[in-house]
Amino acid sequence: MNRCRFAMLLAVVLLALGSGSVLAQQTPIRIGVIYSFSGAGGTAGKEFDDIVQLFQRQHGDTINGRKIEIIRRDDGGIAPDNAKRLAQELIVQEHVDMLTGLIFTPNAVAVGTVSTPSKTPVFIVNATTSNIMAKNPYMSRYSMTATQVTVPLAKYAYKTGMRNMYVVYMDYGPGIDSGQTFMNAFTAEGGKVAGEIRVPVSATDFSAYLQRVKDAKPDGMYIFLNASGAGTAFLKQAKAQGFDKAGIKIFCAGDLVTEQALPAIGDAAVGVISSMNYSGTHDSKLNHDFVKAFMVQSGGLPPTFGGVGTYDAFTAMYKVIAAQKGQLDPDKTMELVKNLKFESPRGPIAIDPETRDIVQNVYIRRTELKGGKLVNTEIDTYPMVKDPSEHP
Amino acid sequence: MIGNLLYIIFSGVAYGVLLFLMSAGLAVTQGLMRFANLAHAAFAMLGGYVAVTLMNSWGWPFLLTLPVAALATAIFAGILERLLFRRFYNVSQLYQIMLTVGIVSMSVASVTFIWGSVNQPVRMPDYLSSSIPIGNFDIDKYRLFLILAGGLVVWALIYGIDSTSFGAKVRAAVDNRRVTASCGINVDRLFMLAFFIGSALAGLGGALSVNLVGLSPTFALDFLAYVLIVVTLGGHGSMKGALAAALLLGVVDVAGKYYIPQTGPFIIYALTVIVLFWRPHGLFAKA
Amino acid sequence: MTAIELPATVPVPTSQEKAHKVFAFSSRWRWEEIAFWVVAAISIVVFPTHLVLIAQVLITGLFALSFDLLVGYAGIPSLGHAAFFGIGAYTAGLLARAGWTEPISGLVIAAIVAGVAGLALSVVVSRLTGIGLIMITLGVGLLLYEAAHSARGITGGDDGLSGINIAPIFGHFQFDFYGRTAVVYTFCVAFLLYLVARRIVNSPFGLELKGIRENVRRVPAIGIPLRSRYMVAFTVSAALAGVAGALLAQITQTVALSALSFDRSAAALIMVMIGGMGTLIGALVGAAAYMVAQDRLSDLNPVYWNFWVGLLLVLFVLFARGGLIGGVDRLIVWIRSKRSKS
Repeated sequence: MNRCRFAMLLAVVLLALGSGSVLAQQTPIRIGVIYSFSGAGGTAGKEFDDIVQLFQRQHGDTINGRKIEIIRRDDGGIAPDNAKRLAQELIVQEHVDMLTGLIFTPNAVAVGTVSTPSKTPVFIVNATTSNIMAKNPYMSRYSMTATQVTVPLAKYAYKTGMRNMYVVYMDYGPGIDSGQTFMNAFTAEGGKVAGEIRVPVSATDFSAYLQRVKDAKPDGMYIFLNASGAGTAFLKQAKAQGFDKAGIKIFCAGDLVTEQALPAIGDAAVGVISSMNYSGTHDSKLNHDFVKAFMVQSGGLPPTFGGVGTYDAFTAMYKVIAAQKGQLDPDKTMELVKNLKFESPRGPIAIDPETRDIVQNVYIRRTELKGGKLVNTEIDTYPMVKDPSEHP
Repeated sequence: MIGNLLYIIFSGVAYGVLLFLMSAGLAVTQGLMRFANLAHAAFAMLGGYVAVTLMNSWGWPFLLTLPVAALATAIFAGILERLLFRRFYNVSQLYQIMLTVGIVSMSVASVTFIWGSVNQPVRMPDYLSSSIPIGNFDIDKYRLFLILAGGLVVWALIYGIDSTSFGAKVRAAVDNRRVTASCGINVDRLFMLAFFIGSALAGLGGALSVNLVGLSPTFALDFLAYVLIVVTLGGHGSMKGALAAALLLGVVDVAGKYYIPQTGPFIIYALTVIVLFWRPHGLFAKA
Repeated sequence: MTAIELPATVPVPTSQEKAHKVFAFSSRWRWEEIAFWVVAAISIVVFPTHLVLIAQVLITGLFALSFDLLVGYAGIPSLGHAAFFGIGAYTAGLLARAGWTEPISGLVIAAIVAGVAGLALSVVVSRLTGIGLIMITLGVGLLLYEAAHSARGITGGDDGLSGINIAPIFGHFQFDFYGRTAVVYTFCVAFLLYLVARRIVNSPFGLELKGIRENVRRVPAIGIPLRSRYMVAFTVSAALAGVAGALLAQITQTVALSALSFDRSAAALIMVMIGGMGTLIGALVGAAAYMVAQDRLSDLNPVYWNFWVGLLLVLFVLFARGGLIGGVDRLIVWIRSKRSKS
């Protein structure tokens, strides 16, 4: 047959086939998940899956007769074009009632541009940059922001006698956020910043940076590096270069000393002071039960702040679904979200009605060796901190 | 000032020795067979994982894991060479790239599957941890060990290449493969041996680097760039060129981080592009 | 005595007529090309909920196409082609943020900027071959990525550019949530540029490129200036890649560093290999296969995805160097031979 006829035949066949596609049924409540199961997310993906399974095991998967269906999509790391397309597909093809997940800020921002026109509530599990919330009235966050967690640490450092500190942070969004926040907050208390170093994201060898810090002879050093590799190597290198002997105290963001990262760091982590919204050893019944149940689910891995953020986001979603008796309206959902207050494994949390961001305790912890295991012991608490940058 | 500079050179040389160990094999195979093996850094990664598993799961002492890591890597690479690579020696380099990129992808996925994507915890024996204070600096023992042990291997390699008949054959084959073959030398077998040794070196380099730079599945790609840069700057087939390039790279990297911390790998890449533009065949190429 | 029959005088074709015949033959539309574009067009109608995916497939296909021009036709291996995609994307994004929201002129400007960059690179590259060439393209790609990462003020660093608003096309077709405008816009641009690429490839210049690919040393010996051909090939290829990047920026209204990443360059290689190098349509088919598979398998454990893609690449390089299009071509030849036998 000639090419023209081929083209027409193909067109007709496809049209015939295609017009038979059926729209999806609407009875289950669909929650779309956009998360980084591969790429830069690292182990976060596995933790997410474990938490969701644990949660549904504890709370069931049906509310008011409607089954809760969870549809997972991998955005592959920092890829806002992917995240946006996945969000659109989830809303338009799968008819999800709400979205959750999101680790990286650019992805969250991209999803926001979809959430707002389509009025889809988004329950952010991880992304920590402050400015996501303002433009997106249907988003709420259950993790933390860099400012929220860093300002108390700067205050604590000053309180315990630090007057001259060196600040080292990684040259990417969360790093720059935390580093700048710490420097501003510390100088606001009256301290002096001896110097700052922006470490490139791909750095693997830190001896040069550490030597620079040592040369400046500060009282202490604040660091923010990503936990998956750089933080571990950095802390070990600091020990090898004798930071403990030189008397330079190490302060860092809790991301570096998560329960899952501590075994790799080893005793280089002992004595490090960090601030975080969650510690595995937080002394509440809810947390002890949570950690125990999670370790069974995950095959021995402890939960981290990412897992707790996921757990609380699901708690929130279930609460608003239950409060609406399974008949969801996005505006009503957001009204309910703004009034959320409940107990999380991390402690008490609430959602700020003005910014829809999370309000929570910030704990100052010291890493110690207890019973042969490395743990983060809470030594001070700053209660119910709101994100300072959103409330100038 | 001088003290700082000396410390930077010390640190840079240690890093450079590591880079050399990982790249030496590639320099030779590239020069010998013109085979673009982008999976070379993946071999180094394998060496690292073998060493870590032996140490963590089976409790072997660190020094003992090194030769085993090198051997395991060499065997794995050797099998790959026999089964796959040798079909591609006379084929366009583009296909070689695709083949090896496919292998890298598979190895990264397999490693993630078996060991997970977390950084591997590794604990050095006490005599290699901590540091020796000299003046204002703490000379860390591990870097010292790298320079000494690595230096030993480097010396052996250079001796091998310069003063043994095997080395002479390799050099001849790099210069002119056809004439060498016509002298009755089995270039095929020569290459297989060179590939084997080169991969063993990569595995050794990988095992040694775990304590310095960490080990995770991204190792295969992170270090690919550096290894390719060393080989390209040094010129194909030139082991001494690779050594010089590796040391240069190591020192420039550390010095850059110390004096201008925010530039990072930018300096290395810019240096590469500039050198390639000026000397397209590398700094020490055999023309 | 039998009369000797002289053959009737057959007009001898001139060389120009011969050339015309050759080009006319090689530029006929192949089955695979027709099939692809018909399927693409019909999909827009038949899958109204997948429009964003279709648009992104076309964009990636256009990018792979630009790469095929470089590697499949001119034989220039490059591991940094994403640089031009990224340059196009950031240009379009920054233009829109600065207030220049008209989309089509945005594409044109992005093409020009990317093309100039391609020209600049070609000057450097024309000295090198083989591994040196690959290295320098890799190096430039990585360098650009680092530079874009550091220049947070311009590119937004790893947070990327957002807040990109695009005016309606021709003042009338607004970009909507379902992606209807986006997909038709992308389809038209991609198809148009596909026709342009076909024209280039089925021209004397295209033949010269193939000559370079087959035997680069002989080309100057038959009087073709290598340098200027390299420059044109790079410029055109870079401009097309830039348009693809600009399209992505315009329809997703974001630009991230992933536009410049090594992963994107490597993916182009994979797609062109799977589809079939040096066939133009192969790039599009490969891109479609890759992206659709990735979308459908996106909730599979990503570890498995990387493994199977790697394995597929190895298998293709071993056994199916013509890619999918090569396979289809062989199938068609086989069918024809069966038919002519019967």
